[in-house]
Amino acid sequence: MERVIQGEIIIPGVSSGVALASTEPLSFWGGYDQTTGEIIDRRHPLSGEIGANRVLVLPYTRGSSTTTAILLESVRAGVAPAALLTDRADVFLALASVVAEEMYDGSFPMVALSRDDFESIRTGDVISIEESGLVRVTSS
Amino acid sequence: MELILSDFDRALLEGEEGPASKMAMRILHRMLPVFGVDRFMDISAAHIDSTVYMGIATMEYAERLADLGAQVRVPSTLNVSGVDEFGWEDWEVPPEVAGNALRQMRAYEAMGCTPTWTCAPYQTEHAPVFGQQIAAGESNVIGYYNSVIGARTERYPDLFDICAAITGRVPAAGLHLDEGRAGTTLLRLKGVSRALQEDDAFYPVLGHLLGRTASDGIPVVEGLEVQPNEDQLKAVCAGGASAGAIALFHLVGITPEAPTVEAAFLGQTPQDVRDIGMDDLRKSYRELSTSHGEKLDLVVLGSPHFSITEFKALAPLVQGKTCHKDVEFLVTCSRAVRSIADHVGLIAPLEAFGAKITVDTCPLTSPMLPPRIKHLMTNSAKYAYYSPGLLNVEVTYGRLTDCVESAILGRIERDEGVWNA
Repeated sequence: MERVIQGEIIIPGVSSGVALASTEPLSFWGGYDQTTGEIIDRRHPLSGEIGANRVLVLPYTRGSSTTTAILLESVRAGVAPAALLTDRADVFLALASVVAEEMYDGSFPMVALSRDDFESIRTGDVISIEESGLVRVTSS
Repeated sequence: MELILSDFDRALLEGEEGPASKMAMRILHRMLPVFGVDRFMDISAAHIDSTVYMGIATMEYAERLADLGAQVRVPSTLNVSGVDEFGWEDWEVPPEVAGNALRQMRAYEAMGCTPTWTCAPYQTEHAPVFGQQIAAGESNVIGYYNSVIGARTERYPDLFDICAAITGRVPAAGLHLDEGRAGTTLLRLKGVSRALQEDDAFYPVLGHLLGRTASDGIPVVEGLEVQPNEDQLKAVCAGGASAGAIALFHLVGITPEAPTVEAAFLGQTPQDVRDIGMDDLRKSYRELSTSHGEKLDLVVLGSPHFSITEFKALAPLVQGKTCHKDVEFLVTCSRAVRSIADHVGLIAPLEAFGAKITVDTCPLTSPMLPPRIKHLMTNSAKYAYYSPGLLNVEVTYGRLTDCVESAILGRIERDEGVWNA
């Protein structure tokens, strides 16, 4: 079943991948392994999952200011998420994409969704994001 | 949204102030709409957390800016780096990492920043003043500047803070503005004994609870009956910014923008009011530990970096005692604080006890610990929160005296009476 959601573009771009979703915010510092893309915050529901090349669905980042640096490192190492879907304009995540473009020509799209749309996405849904901020969600 | 840029902003963006200012302003300009506002404002100081060495990318970013000739436009203190510059060889830091981290340090120094190398810049002579507009990275610093001092900074990420320092500009948003500083959640302490409020063990747990409860909001805490000291307040900041994204909290009757509940909410009626009792605090206390056994390999203190007053409290506890042979005892602080502590005789008893001091960094930001370390004990909510994920260790949270006692015994021993009263 395919659904179409119009999101708010935070960082424009085209991307697709399989969703990895949680309503629990994540600090990438201490939460995301920049060499493997594994979620390593052992208190987080996605602990042990691999975020590399997935469409990561998280409300926002919490805690450390270093989240942006970790995400930039993961872009350089090729294990960044394919795209990010959030429920708000998260500065920490958006900046990583802006700097990744500046340094490595490697930005990833980021789209903010309404809370209801955000909560409707499940791990395993196939997501495709268009330049206009349109998000196509296919649930199995 | 139509962006309103000043002549100066445009000059930077067009490269009239050189390529580094141009790059910094290009990043700020792209980020401005993400902050949800249409203009920038001036800052008069910065604290740079981009110093934390996370890998090649953070080094390349610093060197790109430095190579382009970047110079900070406002006085800028530096947060921790990836190595203790003159002490890393005493630990297990891979030489390649040390080399890169040192290069990154040189790059930020070349930009004209003050080499404080600490996550507690508010306990140096560079502390800001009430109402001052600042760009700060490092989550506990952001919390302390806003909450305890009443200076004004948004919650800025690494990589952004240096752009703000180079341009002297930040988005005119959020916590920089009066209306952005009103409380969002009123937390009323109920049935929390004065004995617990006077205990150091209380404040990291309170911070953790604020982070868990208020998430990224602005919690207002009513019901504290004691005046916490500077180190206790910094423990609240570190706890709240680890378990949550707390950039500002108000303690009614204690912090400068909260003489009353009404003042903390800027005259609005609190919409979200919750009572916090001993069950909530005990839950937070338990959450700070992943291990409840006796095993102990390392006691680590000083996140945020240890202060002179904390060294004064620690020295008599270890005087004439010896740390257990199987336990490492590590204190992290700034190079300035170590130097002062040494001059006033606070380091010698620690070294006689068997403790080691690391400056400029900490085990969370420097790959310094030997792999045999699997069980860690700390009095810091921040060390407790991040160690399991970053260091792959089990952690036990306990107050300073419990940490020292456990280090002597070689096994974890905690006096938990105050939590059960």
